[in-house]
Amino acid sequence: MKILLMGNPNVGKSAIFSRLTGVDVMISNYPGTTIELKKGKVKLDDRLVEVIDVPGTYTLEPTSKAEEVAVRMLEVGGVVVNVVDATNLERNLYLTLQLLERNIPVIVVLNFWDEIRHLGIQIDAKKLEAHLNVPVVPAVAVTAEGIKKLVSRLPEARAHANKYSEEARWSEIGKITREVQKVTLKKHTFLEKLEDLSVKPLTGIPITLSILAFVFWLVRFVGENLIAYLFDPLFELYLPAVTGLSNVLGGSGIIHDVLVGTLIEGKIDFVQSMGLLTTGLYVPFAMVLPYVFAFYLALGVLEDSGYLPRLATLVDAVLHKLGMHGLAIIPMLLGFGCNVPGALSTRILETKRQRFIAATLMAIAIPCMAQTAMVFVLLGPYGIKGFGIYFVTLFIVWLALGFLLNKVLKGETPETFMEIPPYRIPYLGSLAKKLWMRIRSFLTEAIPFVLLGVLIVNVLYVLGIIDWISEAAAPVIVGVLGLPKEAVASLIVGFLRKDVAVGMLLPLGLDMGQLIVASVVLTMYFPCVATFVVLFKELGAMDLIKATAIMIVSALLAGGILNALSDLVSKA
Amino acid sequence: MEVSLFDLRTGQKAIIMGLKGGGMFRKKLASLNIRVGKTIRKITAQPLRGPVVIEIDNTEATIGMNMAKKIVVESLGAE
Ligand SMILES: Nc1nc2c(ncn2[C@@H]2O[C@H](COP(=O)(O)OP(=O)(O)OP(=O)(O)O)[C@@H](O)[C@H]2O)c(=O)[nH]1
Ligand SMILES: [Mg+2]
Repeated sequence: MKILLMGNPNVGKSAIFSRLTGVDVMISNYPGTTIELKKGKVKLDDRLVEVIDVPGTYTLEPTSKAEEVAVRMLEVGGVVVNVVDATNLERNLYLTLQLLERNIPVIVVLNFWDEIRHLGIQIDAKKLEAHLNVPVVPAVAVTAEGIKKLVSRLPEARAHANKYSEEARWSEIGKITREVQKVTLKKHTFLEKLEDLSVKPLTGIPITLSILAFVFWLVRFVGENLIAYLFDPLFELYLPAVTGLSNVLGGSGIIHDVLVGTLIEGKIDFVQSMGLLTTGLYVPFAMVLPYVFAFYLALGVLEDSGYLPRLATLVDAVLHKLGMHGLAIIPMLLGFGCNVPGALSTRILETKRQRFIAATLMAIAIPCMAQTAMVFVLLGPYGIKGFGIYFVTLFIVWLALGFLLNKVLKGETPETFMEIPPYRIPYLGSLAKKLWMRIRSFLTEAIPFVLLGVLIVNVLYVLGIIDWISEAAAPVIVGVLGLPKEAVASLIVGFLRKDVAVGMLLPLGLDMGQLIVASVVLTMYFPCVATFVVLFKELGAMDLIKATAIMIVSALLAGGILNALSDLVSKA
Repeated sequence: MEVSLFDLRTGQKAIIMGLKGGGMFRKKLASLNIRVGKTIRKITAQPLRGPVVIEIDNTEATIGMNMAKKIVVESLGAE
């Protein structure tokens, strides 16, 4: 037997799934958080039963990819736990009635039971149960209220094979809601006023700009302070240990260079030494992790509050000019954390063309947090002028390329039609859990690549391969981009990890113009391998080849133009 | 007076009188309970041919401009 969690988007299916199975999944306050089937197990009278979190769907008439997935799951069979948003009973019952036509056992969960009261809604769950003739369990997924009851009543799930026409379904729903639900007039709350203000352009745009500026400031503030007061002191404590190791190994030789790296002026330099135990640990933990932490803290609040669909609405008109829906802002924002989840979440866009444009633009012009952190180190000393030019360049590339792709690629962008959930005060517990999930996946997925990157740098240097490639690539690197040919090593490592790559620019003694050119090119020319693999799965080989060609050409173009401009400025 | 949702003044409540489109169009709207006879409130319309935002039941919906032009409503005035 299988348990299928089904319901409209954003009704709390994943929250219930996580309560039932103990498996951590992404839970956010916007429709389309879950993009693929998630499986877990729940214990029912000493038996382990599989539970599947199905992407949200409004109907069982397969009109989109997500709905097809849901309908196909039904054919597999099992018990359907139909999660219903009690604050939108009428609309949610449509899917419920469709499920009751499928001859599959159903149990209904009335989720958001905590929210109906302050909305002035009263629902008689007993009466609803009598009407539907299946168990109905009120629940609050975020506090686990009702979950035990749900488990204990699972065996009572019942199958029906009603037959309704579309018309009849709606009139039945009308009848049921009239009988089980009472709505009294409610007062407008502060959050509701804020909902209106944040989608009206006149107030919404300033609100958005303030939020973005605040997030940017917060990420830098939290990141810098974590480094200065926590991670740097920790590495100070660690320094004697590696210095000891360095002495034992005699200060040079292959093993010393791989583990400790090369000594800079006779001392270990955590950023530049390039050893597994020095740079290999310092970059991910003390340079990137603090910013990753700060960014995901902010992103979690944006996700759980319900702000993102409003942002998507505000930018919809502009994003349509770039061949995408406003909703494409979500993969972009996730991409600022890490391009991998960013690429995955392009699935919330319904057409292949949109997904291609969104994935390509994200991979080219959205620097992940690992990269941004290093750019702060590199360009931070030049202040806003330094990283300002970097971000503005990427933004212009993003706009121009999107505009171009939308003109060149065949096909149109369908109109936006989406649900905006209410604002909700995020639960601290949920925020902390999500933050931890993301930090954990950064630690487990990024660190092996960082270490591998550092190792490969060493191997390539020892074998002389880097020198050889530097010579070969010199015309482009020196001629077009105005960088020293040693910068090639960084571009090679950039395939693996952007943070290590950006760090490798430090010892080259570049001026501000060169640092900007190098950072921009490193961001644009190729995504890291991890992203590349996901893009391959999402786009397929042909589209990925196209995307890669676009990346390389636009990186050289942007780098070349920046280099020319910086020459002009320095001559003037 | 009947107008399209696109032409309805911002801030007004209105009853949906008709949907000028085929079965797919109606089904799409029905997924958010936007059906003939329902009461909605127009919150705003975005500039640059952007979408219209309405309140329906306890959620809001963003609806592309051309779709909004095909939704016929009768105004109930401001709240
Ligand atoms: N107040 C309250 N919030 C809830 C409840 N259940 C879920 N939420 C919140 O509602 C939002 C949506 O929850 P999810 O579990 O991601 O919903 P979902 O049905 O999996 O959504 P999709 O995967 O997008 O279809 C999250 O922000 C949850 O924290 C509840 O019973 N009460
Ligand atoms: Mg989900």
